[in-house]
Amino acid sequence: MSYQKIFSGFVFICSGVIFFCCSPKKNLSIELRFWVMGAEGEFVQQLMPRFEAEHSDLKVKIQMIPWTAAQEKLITAYASNNLPDLFQLGNTWIPQFAALQAIEDLNFWVRNSTSIRPDFYFRGIWNTNCIDSSLYGIPWYIDTRVLFYRRDVLARAGFPIPPRTWDELYEVSRRIKKNAGNTDKYAIYLPTNEWAPFVIFALQAGSHLLKNDDCFADFTSPEFKKAFSFLIRFHQEKLAPLGISQVTNVYQAFADEYFVMYISGPWNITEFKKYMKGNLADKWMTAPLPGLDQNTPGVSLAGGSSLVLNSKGKYKSAAWKLIEYLSRTETQVSFYHLVYDLPARREAWLDPSIKDDPYMRAFYEQFQHVVVTPKITEWEQIAFSKLQQYAELAARGAMPIDEALNSLNKDVDKILEKRRWLRGKIKRE
Amino acid sequence: MNRYPIISRQSKNFNVRSGLNAAYYFLLPAILSIMVFFFIPVIAALVMSFTDFDIYGLNSIGNVRFIGLRNYIRLLQDPLFWIALKNTFYFVLAAGPLSILVSLGAAILLNSKLIKYKGLFRLSYFIPVVTTLVAVAVIWRFIYHPRFGLLNYLLNVVGINSIDWLGDPSWAMPAIILMAVWKNFGYNMIIFIAGLQNIPEQLYEAARIEGANRWQQFKSITIPMLAPTTLFISVITMIGFFQLFAEPYIMTQGGPLNRTLSVVQYMYQEGFRWWNMGYSASIAFVLFIIIFIGTLVQFKFQRKE
Repeated sequence: MSYQKIFSGFVFICSGVIFFCCSPKKNLSIELRFWVMGAEGEFVQQLMPRFEAEHSDLKVKIQMIPWTAAQEKLITAYASNNLPDLFQLGNTWIPQFAALQAIEDLNFWVRNSTSIRPDFYFRGIWNTNCIDSSLYGIPWYIDTRVLFYRRDVLARAGFPIPPRTWDELYEVSRRIKKNAGNTDKYAIYLPTNEWAPFVIFALQAGSHLLKNDDCFADFTSPEFKKAFSFLIRFHQEKLAPLGISQVTNVYQAFADEYFVMYISGPWNITEFKKYMKGNLADKWMTAPLPGLDQNTPGVSLAGGSSLVLNSKGKYKSAAWKLIEYLSRTETQVSFYHLVYDLPARREAWLDPSIKDDPYMRAFYEQFQHVVVTPKITEWEQIAFSKLQQYAELAARGAMPIDEALNSLNKDVDKILEKRRWLRGKIKRE
Repeated sequence: MNRYPIISRQSKNFNVRSGLNAAYYFLLPAILSIMVFFFIPVIAALVMSFTDFDIYGLNSIGNVRFIGLRNYIRLLQDPLFWIALKNTFYFVLAAGPLSILVSLGAAILLNSKLIKYKGLFRLSYFIPVVTTLVAVAVIWRFIYHPRFGLLNYLLNVVGINSIDWLGDPSWAMPAIILMAVWKNFGYNMIIFIAGLQNIPEQLYEAARIEGANRWQQFKSITIPMLAPTTLFISVITMIGFFQLFAEPYIMTQGGPLNRTLSVVQYMYQEGFRWWNMGYSASIAFVLFIIIFIGTLVQFKFQRKE
């Protein structure tokens, strides 16, 4: 047999396969397109058979998109009118997609729903989905930042219970550093490429971050300055490592006691468990964030992901059914078992696997005190580019704090210029 | 032309014209695709650079304002842009010549008749070029690690104190340059080898007969004969290095203190992270002009020689 014959046979089979795959399907079921980010995409697949069994006329097609490219893909999909029927959206992205009018106002759907009610959720989390009087997403899984700490090292520094106030946090850090002596070890990890702690402490101090209907920056207020200088002090006094390159592996550094406190979220729990094993296994814990003083509980950020509907989607009611299914208590619990994403629905927290997990207690407590960052399109840019930029300058001592905050204010006011113009335009119309 | 009196002037003209027509047909697909995928987007971007097109503009074109040259004026007053420009020039001026010298050196060594296993060496010098940068960056992050890195270990052996390569503002760019040169010199080396092999052996023979030593041969034969190759390589390298992006993007994200932020990275951030497309387009055009001027200067410079 000649190669030519084999080749032509191969081509024939291939074209047959292609033809077969491309031929239109004859069944009448609706195919729902659902975009999910990161690992969740892989695991949510396992929840689909049950949904499809309950709704024989619906098929769910899940598309996984990596977190790092998610926003780009969603916005290009919006620009080309290709958004799926429903998708996952990090709740800080909701203002952007609401401004684009890409996502559906869900007030109507919730009002007519028997299985989703606002009081089923933590209030702070639910609020992240509300802009003005509209509701744009249903919380799917949630996160917030708490204090991860080394029990053994804190106990050695005279703190068998973790710090509850700013003063205690500072005091314990100083003692830890002192106990470490001249070794290259630190009390707390406050990398300047994470804006969250800066915003959290500012909110705790009573700063509003922005003012005048979120149209102007408010970073020169005494409250913001108080929080900002408090955190920069940790860098200045070498209680926190300066750069971010020393810590290539956060978990390993935590296990090595390179730092012993870290403000982070639930996504790190499984990784910490992996590195803190053997006799280190019981040497760490989570705690709610310290507050400004004894009387005020420390607030943290309301994070997580919501499920949203495409405002131009063809199958909104079918997609809403999927949202309702994913919001059921038992679905939320099974999802937790699959990926360890914290359930948004409060009832799911009563499940013994979550309730009895010692690391979860701090999170449950913290979720009672979570607040939202400004719900405007520009917030991401303000936080990631400007806030981090000036935090780094101040932490490295390259710019005095007052100058850094003034420049931050000026830069952010420039970013908000478009928002002011749009507000004015709406008023003029 | 007079050798072929049979072909009349008329028929020759006809042939040329029909030949031209046919040529246009053959060129059409290429011209069309260049128009559609290059010129039209470039013109659109130019127009965009005079507007404040952003995420609100995606929603409704009514939210876009025509702002004339204000993007460019803002750019000139933007300290971050100047930092990015300074970093990019630093990178081009340091890494460009260094990379050319290293690749020329490697090419001459590998072209020498004394070397055995040439193929093996060529391959191993070329491997970094074809390796994905992400994989390379992971390894180099470890090499540069301030506490466990190989480079600091070697420095300590020699008695020099550890350096926080990627974390120290004044060392981050040299670290990026070192890695970029290592990653890219193999490509230029291959072109230089091809250039070297094109130099006729007789020239060297003649020079040896005249009593020229190695250095004189190199200076008076190799260098001038390699001039076209060197021009090509320096233009290509300069254009490529001005577009520095992936190395700092993966290794340092522009930090520490924006010391490794490059123009392209700044453009990417403004455009695809914060969706300030208008502003981002104006950065792109400024970079285009800089690269254009750089190329012209190099052509002039080489022609004089």
